[in-house]
Amino acid sequence: MIKTDVVIIGAGPVGLFAVHQLGIKGLKAVVIDNLDKAGGQCIELYPDKPIYDIPAVPECTGKELTDRLLEQIKPFKTTLYLNERVEEVKSENGNWFVKTNNGNEFSTPNIIIAGGVGSFEPRKLALKNIEKFEGKSIFYAVKNKEEFKNKNICIFGGGDSALDWTLELSKFSNITLIHRRDEFRGAQHTLDAIKKLEGQGKISIKTPFQLEKIEGDDEVKSITIKDDNGKTEKIKTDIILSFFGLVMKLGPIAEWGLNMDKKTISVNPNNFETSKKGIFAAGDICNYEGKLKLILSGFHEVALASVECFKRARPNEKYRFEFTTSSKTIQDRLGKK
Amino acid sequence: MAKITFKDYQGNSRTIEVDNRLTVMEGAVQNEIPGIDADCGGSMACATCHVYVEESWFNKMPKAEDGEVDMIDMAFEPKKNSRLSCQITITDDLDGLVVTTPEKQS
Ligand SMILES: Cc1cc2nc3c(=O)[nH]c(=O)nc-3n(C[C@H](O)[C@H](O)[C@H](O)COP(=O)(O)OP(=O)(O)OC[C@H]3O[C@@H](n4cnc5c(N)ncnc54)[C@H](O)[C@@H]3O)c2cc1C
Ligand code: FES
Repeated sequence: MIKTDVVIIGAGPVGLFAVHQLGIKGLKAVVIDNLDKAGGQCIELYPDKPIYDIPAVPECTGKELTDRLLEQIKPFKTTLYLNERVEEVKSENGNWFVKTNNGNEFSTPNIIIAGGVGSFEPRKLALKNIEKFEGKSIFYAVKNKEEFKNKNICIFGGGDSALDWTLELSKFSNITLIHRRDEFRGAQHTLDAIKKLEGQGKISIKTPFQLEKIEGDDEVKSITIKDDNGKTEKIKTDIILSFFGLVMKLGPIAEWGLNMDKKTISVNPNNFETSKKGIFAAGDICNYEGKLKLILSGFHEVALASVECFKRARPNEKYRFEFTTSSKTIQDRLGKK
Repeated sequence: MAKITFKDYQGNSRTIEVDNRLTVMEGAVQNEIPGIDADCGGSMACATCHVYVEESWFNKMPKAEDGEVDMIDMAFEPKKNSRLSCQITITDDLDGLVVTTPEKQS
């Protein structure tokens, strides 16, 4: 059981800035995110696209914003628990108990939910009874290449991930690349390499085809694909790799007994507390009158929530409002001499 | 202003009026049309506002740009007449448009 002043759920821009606002007040936090990296929507959906409405930053990309936020919170040496989804939140002896799908457990007086539109998860294949194959014959990511050696692999998708893994796995496996239209989207050199492999007969490309059926009991034996005109084809298959990007799933957050409005959490706009004392929500996931789903709004929200977190984590101390420019204490916390 | 009809995969339908310059997605969300999730708020990053546009209308509308077509690849059961409703902007010309929402969005 890990004890901390605040558990932050979500390492998007708002969760990251929460670390800063808590840190300058002397509070320790941990951040948990289901993604394999920090940055939330900024890093997952638009790393290379420019943002123009961060105050005093005329232009920066989603990745740059994330990198700068990480730089800004470095002094606080905060642990980020990545690839972990928060499953359970419950009250225990006057504190909050938080548990992840990785078995990590936390005890804390405060939780800030900065969960955006939910946790990012791979988009699953749209067929019935797909679950029984998932993790055995159907994968949405390649963790260990070794498991994909000397197999008949069907790769679905038309973007970078599908193309890159086709190239990589074709070195030691028999690959069929399947896409619903003729055009693929990827870097020119990747597209050229794919063409070349196809020309040499080293991979097979099937377009415009979509998955129709999977044959097999416990393991996939073959698949049937179908084109727009209803023509089908059967392919001997051991492994299916599907790369259709990520979806945002609200997931367990809906089960923590908080007052919700559709997929958002209702908060008090004075301190961003939810219907439960000590649980706060900020960023895209919170909802109050006039809410704007902007990064800058999220920054404001965590600044206010952090004050309330301080009062709860340090009930015997008085909260003092301070400027970073003039506060010795804050500068010490930031490691400035 | 245009009247837009949303059908679901089971054939239920609802018609709403949407102001010009809004998108079909925004019209749907404001009128609580089920079956449009629009998780990314219209920034063409989620494909959960996916609709099938009736063929006759599909050919009349401005074509989808590359980014939209790429995103439609990610949608649940894309078809030839798939569009992202956040990329269809209402004009008077679209009065009477009929779209069908997929069985689910993700
Ligand atoms: C294409 C695009 C362009 C945009 N442009 C702008 C712009 O120019 N200006 C602007 O201000 N905003 C813009 N936005 C919106 C902005 O990105 C969001 O407002 C912002 O990302 C919200 O930050 P957040 O930290 O609240 O949530 P998110 O960035 O969504 O991060 C939430 C994180 O929480 C994690 N999470 C959720 N539930 C759990 C759980 N149970 N366990 C573990 N982790 C969990 C998720 O995996 C995710 O990483 C844009 C959005 C998009 C998609
Ligand atoms: S609302 Fe996300 S792509 Fe249209």
